[in-house]
Amino acid sequence: MSKYKNIRFFNGKLSFLLDRNATITFGVLMVVAFIVFVVSTAIGEMKINPLTVLKVFAGSGPEMETLIITSFRLPRIIIALIVGISLAVAGGILQGMIRNPLASPDVLGITGGASAAVVAFLALFSDESNALTVSINWLPLAAFLGACVVAFLVYLLAWKNGVSPIRLVLIGIGISTLMQALTTLMMIMGPIYQASQANIWITGTVYGSNWDNVGTLLPWSVVFLVIAFAAARTINIQELGDEVATGLGGKIQKQRFLLLMISTALIGGSVAFAGGIGFVGLMAPHMARRLVGSSFGALLPASALIGGILVMLADLIGRTMFSPLEIPAGVFTAGIGAPYFIYLLFKTRNA
Amino acid sequence: MLLKNSALRWVGLLTSGLLLVFFMCASVIFGYTETSFRTAIDAFTHYNGSNEHIIIQTVRLPRALIAAAVGASLAISGVLMQTLTKNPLASPGIFGINAGAGFTVVAAVTLFSVSSLQAFSGLAFLGAAIAAFSVYTIGSVGREGLTPMKLTLAGAAIAAMFSSFTQGLLVIDEAALEQVLFWLAGSVSGRKLETLVSVLPYLGIGWFASLIIAGKMNILSMGEDVAKGLGLKTGLVKVSVGIIVILLAGGAVSVAGPIGFVGIVIPHITRSIIGIDHRWVIPLSGILGAILLVAADISARYILMPSEVPVGVMTAIIGTPFFIYIARKGFNAR
Repeated sequence: MSKYKNIRFFNGKLSFLLDRNATITFGVLMVVAFIVFVVSTAIGEMKINPLTVLKVFAGSGPEMETLIITSFRLPRIIIALIVGISLAVAGGILQGMIRNPLASPDVLGITGGASAAVVAFLALFSDESNALTVSINWLPLAAFLGACVVAFLVYLLAWKNGVSPIRLVLIGIGISTLMQALTTLMMIMGPIYQASQANIWITGTVYGSNWDNVGTLLPWSVVFLVIAFAAARTINIQELGDEVATGLGGKIQKQRFLLLMISTALIGGSVAFAGGIGFVGLMAPHMARRLVGSSFGALLPASALIGGILVMLADLIGRTMFSPLEIPAGVFTAGIGAPYFIYLLFKTRNA
Repeated sequence: MLLKNSALRWVGLLTSGLLLVFFMCASVIFGYTETSFRTAIDAFTHYNGSNEHIIIQTVRLPRALIAAAVGASLAISGVLMQTLTKNPLASPGIFGINAGAGFTVVAAVTLFSVSSLQAFSGLAFLGAAIAAFSVYTIGSVGREGLTPMKLTLAGAAIAAMFSSFTQGLLVIDEAALEQVLFWLAGSVSGRKLETLVSVLPYLGIGWFASLIIAGKMNILSMGEDVAKGLGLKTGLVKVSVGIIVILLAGGAVSVAGPIGFVGIVIPHITRSIIGIDHRWVIPLSGILGAILLVAADISARYILMPSEVPVGVMTAIIGTPFFIYIARKGFNAR
């Protein structure tokens, strides 16, 4: 039996190869993601039977449960899912484009820019008693702008007859450290209450998400995810190196710019609503690589699901384990992700 | 590469050495209490117990020495890490050193209410060593032993895990945040000379050993197979490099807290000046790292006078523009 299954539509006008193993893994991940989604909807301050949850999804659950699930839990879990997916896909794209396993949203300074913008926002628009003078609803916008401005700045500074990956990432590191420094500086100069507020944001949390957030983030992320999956094949070529990619007819500068735009849009959207959740963008692609191999057609969807599962699980643990205390999801993404990753590393040690 | 032959390189090494001495003198003289060069000399030759003399002897001099030692150690361990992982983005942080140190210190503050800088120092070294050891172990599982890829991935995972636990503890305990925020940003102020003296043996051994191993690093950087073919005991070299990095970066973090930028930037800047021969890169990057940290420490006193900015913040603010300039000019591709 061949490793691939050939799929043809319209008399072979549209055809592609389906990796059998990857398809099975993808199916398993899909099921896991669904289970985590349901379980996480079921568990909370009030425990709800998972079957009731399914009934509520179908639109025929009891009124009380329906209220709790639809108005409190669902928006939060959906945001967690989208954020996880976006960060993982963006991380995968960046690692392929930069050809460095350490590349991630944080390394390029995109998350750092958002953090600096948020801390500045808290510092500028707070009065004497630490109350905000403008609506908190502007905070996501500040974060998003911070992310975009930094991404643009990094690209601009790295431009010199085109952008080489190594220049891009080194300048990214420089700018990212600068942003971190500014963030720390503002946190130290300001009152401690602000610093602690900022710290929660930097750790990353999906606490307090509502349907409005979902309404804004969902269309945005879906659009860019679709573009990302469509662009995935250009990453495969980019991974071969600039010379080979050019020789194979890839317009590498144009593609690189497009890929960077996609990742920035995905990262910007998710940091706007969930703060600086780390680890997912760095590690989800590596986990996926160890499960389905490194062809981006399979890698991106798999890492997307892993990212979604990670953030949903992290949020579930964060809000239930130390209840009534809320621990930001960003604390547990690495807490549960790292041991699993180390296990994968161990399992594939001779590969 | 700026300096093309060894005569020029000696000149470069000497010049930067002199520059370091100059900056260290400046570090002793300038600050909230202005003193002069003459007073500084007098403080050691004709000590008279005046305010200035006390400040110079107990505050300024330890600070200058600590900044220089820490900067040099971080830069050298950065060079070693970048060669060991074959990754230009690597730094001692990849060994989990900063994250491990940060975690033990924050855990001690939140769970056991530890608050003295002296205690932080020991704890930080312990955390750094534990993290680095586990990264090394996880990175070496399997038939091929330690490969750059496995080391890098294991390090990134362990570092992420420790730093997220640190964040978690800080989110729960607001009072602790206030206490350790300054330490976590990295700072060389308020340290006594004894703190430096207690880690100096580790740092000293690290500096010395890194100079000895420099030639072997050149061979290692050609790749595992070539290095083995040339008769290098790669396993032994890698273990030694690991230990040196723990000594240097662990010592640095225990004195000054996690300072991130120096270990990444200085190796690149150094290579663009003196080429890729480790026998030159290691000493020069040590000196340049020391200069960056001493200069950052001086400016940290002036930005928000009379209060101080953590030196970790200043290294980033001073180092970044310079780093971007060099990145644009183009390094020796590595």
